[in-house]
Amino acid sequence: MTAFLNHFAFEFKTGLRNATLLMMNYLFPLGVYVLLGLVMTPINPLFKDTMLPAMVAFVAMASPLLGLPSPLVEAREAGIYRTYKINGVPALSILVIPVLTTILHTLIASAIVAATAAPLFGAKLPANWTSFVLIALLTAVTFGALGALIGVVSANSRATVLWSQLVFLPSMVIGGLMLPLSMLPKPVFTISTLLPSARAMQAFAGLAYGQETALNPLVSVAVLLATAVLALGLAIYLFNWDRVNQARRGHPLLALLVLLPSVAGIFLG
Amino acid sequence: MSQIAISVQDLRKRYGGLAAVDGISFEAGRGEIFGLLGPNGAGKTTTLECLEGIRQPDGGTLQVLGVDPGRQPRKLCSLIGVQLQSGGLPGDMQVAEAMRFFCAYHGVPPRYDLLERLGLGPKLKAQYRQLSTGLQRRLALALAIAHRPPVLILDEPTAGLDVGSRTELHALMQEIRGEGAAVILATHDMAEAEKMADRVAILLRGKIVVTGTPRELTSAGSGFTKVSLRTEESSLARDDVSLPAVHQRLLKEDYVIYYSTDPGPTVAAVLDYVRAHGDKLIDLRVERPSLEERFLEITVGGAS
Repeated sequence: MTAFLNHFAFEFKTGLRNATLLMMNYLFPLGVYVLLGLVMTPINPLFKDTMLPAMVAFVAMASPLLGLPSPLVEAREAGIYRTYKINGVPALSILVIPVLTTILHTLIASAIVAATAAPLFGAKLPANWTSFVLIALLTAVTFGALGALIGVVSANSRATVLWSQLVFLPSMVIGGLMLPLSMLPKPVFTISTLLPSARAMQAFAGLAYGQETALNPLVSVAVLLATAVLALGLAIYLFNWDRVNQARRGHPLLALLVLLPSVAGIFLG
Repeated sequence: MSQIAISVQDLRKRYGGLAAVDGISFEAGRGEIFGLLGPNGAGKTTTLECLEGIRQPDGGTLQVLGVDPGRQPRKLCSLIGVQLQSGGLPGDMQVAEAMRFFCAYHGVPPRYDLLERLGLGPKLKAQYRQLSTGLQRRLALALAIAHRPPVLILDEPTAGLDVGSRTELHALMQEIRGEGAAVILATHDMAEAEKMADRVAILLRGKIVVTGTPRELTSAGSGFTKVSLRTEESSLARDDVSLPAVHQRLLKEDYVIYYSTDPGPTVAAVLDYVRAHGDKLIDLRVERPSLEERFLEITVGGAS
């Protein structure tokens, strides 16, 4: 337990000490939140209705997708995991603890958004706060697990950026954060349902705000949960201790299995 | 040898078509410093990584105090301390934090005394990336020995260290050996190996070409003992001086240097000669072949 707490404390403090992580955990998502609040709400007053869940989903995406994977890759490339292995640090801790601390940073940033969005920008508050908090937590866990999987399967830092952006950018544009899914053309809508951000926004809308949704919010919760479990399981399975020793338990392309819940979700609604 | 701590039998490891380690065998006992020497690519680091459980060997058997590194990695962790050649710590990790972190995983209290001893006392709050190379290696060593492992594996431990740090590290190694630990020392530094190791093995292209104490290795070579003299009247500088067992004679600055196959008769004869010619000895040095010379003889000879 002491080892876990020491490790957790170190990873959490790293999220504040490291300039890049501080940027991705707080400065970038909160900066974008303030910017959108200042710009979007006067231009499009309807944005106030979705601002809070959209910004919470954005915070939950930014840190795990843009902040979490690179340190995992860099640590592997620098041989840090070799030191860990020799000293008995389990692979599970190496992956899960950064995910947990990233989720904690995400929740802190989300709490800042939730506490200020209404007074600062007139954002609509959820009807059901319990559902809102649980969905926010589930969203953070899902993206945290995806971030860990990206870090594990990326061959190097450049590949990490590519994979992260491949999830992050579509999530921003067609993931229901800026535009409601119902406004998207049919083919784009189908693609967007593969994105966890779209599922998160539908779950927020249906379960926390009690609104009509384009997708079944309970199915969305199930898809998020299954994606989180699968992503973390695959990350642990595919974890590699160092860049030199290429003995793996499976090919990195196995990571694509993480899409299974989203694909199944297309048929379930 | 006292109780065997490390046993390597017919170890084999290939990378593609390259046999990095090709059937090497050696043993190291408790309370012994065993040196692994060899040029770059000889297989030292691969051998150590197999012992550390980082790599799976392709063949052979390994035992560290009865534990198979490949099959019992958790048990191995408490038995070995490792200072890796490559493989650091997270750049943001502070010195004291690193000690707490790894000691917690080993289930022992943090050894801040080691940090003080290794000169890291004033740097407890410094982050790993802020430390000089020498301090980083000292921290790695402190972390390797913090849980008092009975087997210590050091891969180029003094690379990048200043003279004072090397001396301190050597003293620490002697102390650890004195406490009964087996120390495996892989190094390029022949003087260090000669000074510290009880026995050494020289690796070349994945094979051990010779094993023994540094003295056995140096005396087994074809190297000559170097006898250097300086006299007041330079009587030895004459070309017609004939001395027993001398293979070669050189003049260098004020010194006459003889390479002798049998230094006893050579030194006796040269002193007689100086006395007989009314000359006076200022300096006499007798240097046996160093491990470095023997190493070069083996590795250059073996490579050709």
